[in-house]
Amino acid sequence: MPRPEDPQQGRADVPGDGTTTVEPGTGVPATPPQTPGEEAEPAATRKRRRRKRRPLGVMTWLALVWLVLVVAGAVLAGILPLHPPAGTDVLNNLRPPLESMSNPLGTDGLGRDLLSRVVYGSRVSLIVAFVAVAIGSTIGGTIGLLVGYFRGKADTLVMGFVDVMLAFPGLVLLLTVIAFVGRSLTTISLTIGLLSIPIYTRVSRANTMAVASREFVTASKAMGARTSRVLFREIAPNVILPLSAYALVTVGVIIVLEGALSFLGLSIDQPTPTWGGIINEGRRHLAAAPHVSAVPSMVMFLTVISLNLVGDKLRQRFDVKGTNL
Amino acid sequence: MRYLMERSARLVVTLFLVSVITFMLVVLLPGDPALQVLGTDFTEADYLAVRDELGLDDPLPIRYVDWLGGVFQGDLGTSYRTNQPVLEAIVDRVPVTFQVMVVGLAIALLVSIPLAMIAAYRANTKTDTTVSTASLAMLSIPNFMLALILIFYLSVHLGWFPATGWVSFASDPVASLRATLLPALALAGAEIGVYTRLLRNDMIATLQEDFITLARAKGASTPRVLFRHALRPSSLSLATVLGVQVGVALGGSVIVETIFALPGIGRLLVDSIFQRDLMIVQGVVLFIAVVYVVANFAVDLLYGVLDPRIRKGSASATA
Repeated sequence: MPRPEDPQQGRADVPGDGTTTVEPGTGVPATPPQTPGEEAEPAATRKRRRRKRRPLGVMTWLALVWLVLVVAGAVLAGILPLHPPAGTDVLNNLRPPLESMSNPLGTDGLGRDLLSRVVYGSRVSLIVAFVAVAIGSTIGGTIGLLVGYFRGKADTLVMGFVDVMLAFPGLVLLLTVIAFVGRSLTTISLTIGLLSIPIYTRVSRANTMAVASREFVTASKAMGARTSRVLFREIAPNVILPLSAYALVTVGVIIVLEGALSFLGLSIDQPTPTWGGIINEGRRHLAAAPHVSAVPSMVMFLTVISLNLVGDKLRQRFDVKGTNL
Repeated sequence: MRYLMERSARLVVTLFLVSVITFMLVVLLPGDPALQVLGTDFTEADYLAVRDELGLDDPLPIRYVDWLGGVFQGDLGTSYRTNQPVLEAIVDRVPVTFQVMVVGLAIALLVSIPLAMIAAYRANTKTDTTVSTASLAMLSIPNFMLALILIFYLSVHLGWFPATGWVSFASDPVASLRATLLPALALAGAEIGVYTRLLRNDMIATLQEDFITLARAKGASTPRVLFRHALRPSSLSLATVLGVQVGVALGGSVIVETIFALPGIGRLLVDSIFQRDLMIVQGVVLFIAVVYVVANFAVDLLYGVLDPRIRKGSASATA
């Protein structure tokens, strides 16, 4: 059921910032009325194609290695031989990177070790991103699955609400809510997660509708499967794949979003280091010691582009149309 | 015509719900406006009087209707802190945001349309790979990062542009454009990435259509084929995303205007949030949401212009 008059179909950026406005499950949104059917496929086709798929490129491997490094750094920060992230050493401030073994990435305006701050800062980014994506994709994914399968009044109602929620630019809504509910790690993760439910609902619903009309679902129903079985054993597995590829890209979007918040001084309070926070602190040293901003910027950029690269690859893989081109 | 009616009806419903949510947002958030108005020195009686004056003790639906009635008369309330009418504060600052957004959009389109065409025309060659990788990189750079890079190179190092500050277009057009360029570029960066990727993909599909072969057979030159024949049918997703990008740019203006110290809507929002000036926050959020919804409505109508098949309401657009 393509609805050409509905631009919302193609509107798939995470509420917000949307540096990555990519269509769910399609690197190739040939037409704005995104035809359901181009992003899901039964497990059998997938298996067949897996054998002849192209090897991952060098870029994708590099991206994966980088992501593993960042996650490992965040998890192991406590036991790595790092300076304390808040340990000041004013005499040793604004040291450029690669100058001494002790501060391989240099120090900031208060002489704090940038490597340590960037590694500890990744914890905030990653926790916020993963918690928010987990909340958004689970709740949004389930709602989308249900309304996409049952349709009817509930569907109209839910999608109406989704449309309205998406009428608020994400960052604006986020700023407003965060400013007044407080800026702990929990409230920020929860708020981003809750605010991103509508977008996942839309992606999940579109995929569900595409899968629900496929033969294997009809067959399952004809064989007398219960509705819950059809939903969770037949449809859900085919919706989860494109949804998680989409979720991976949104992890990057949320990292940027949290970065923007902390850059504006509206994320977790000092002294916890955050990437956006360090970049912002570096602003006043921009002329004399640009590395203070450059180091966390580079780390954040590499993380986001890695997520986009891997997400792109995943989406191509789950996207029937893309592989045929 | 039916298309137009349908879209308009949806527009009205959406705007209504947007107003409800904006209203609820500010009502539900913690913080007592009466305390803000009063400052630090007041009596119990003052407090009750102010609450009564602001209508804070009325039931919610009545407060909403009062507020909405005001909105329709152009009265978004007055700032609790400065007593400036909210609408006036917004109208003062809109031109700045608008100017930066328009210049940014123009830059983004001027760069991405030719890039996408080259990439699509030479699909799956080295040129294409380079353009695609570059656009992925562009959209992975957060705007605050790009802003700092621009300030570092173009203003701190080369001194070509002012790092911060604003000159209104009316007082000095050249200086005004100079002040606009860096923030506009910062906004345009990610958009270039998004537009190039989208348009490239759509264009590759378009270039395989029969009418392109026909145009070539007629002997049309490559630029003519690309610009006259291929661009319009390829621009549908671009148009959709353009509508979405209005929202993204409005969000981005919050950051860019803060970095470049521009007196625009985004900065007004951030400042009001820091000062807990709820009336301004409410006004700005409503304003931004309405602009965003209307922009997307305009995009809907644009579809009809870009592809007459949609106007007639046929089921499938470009195949």
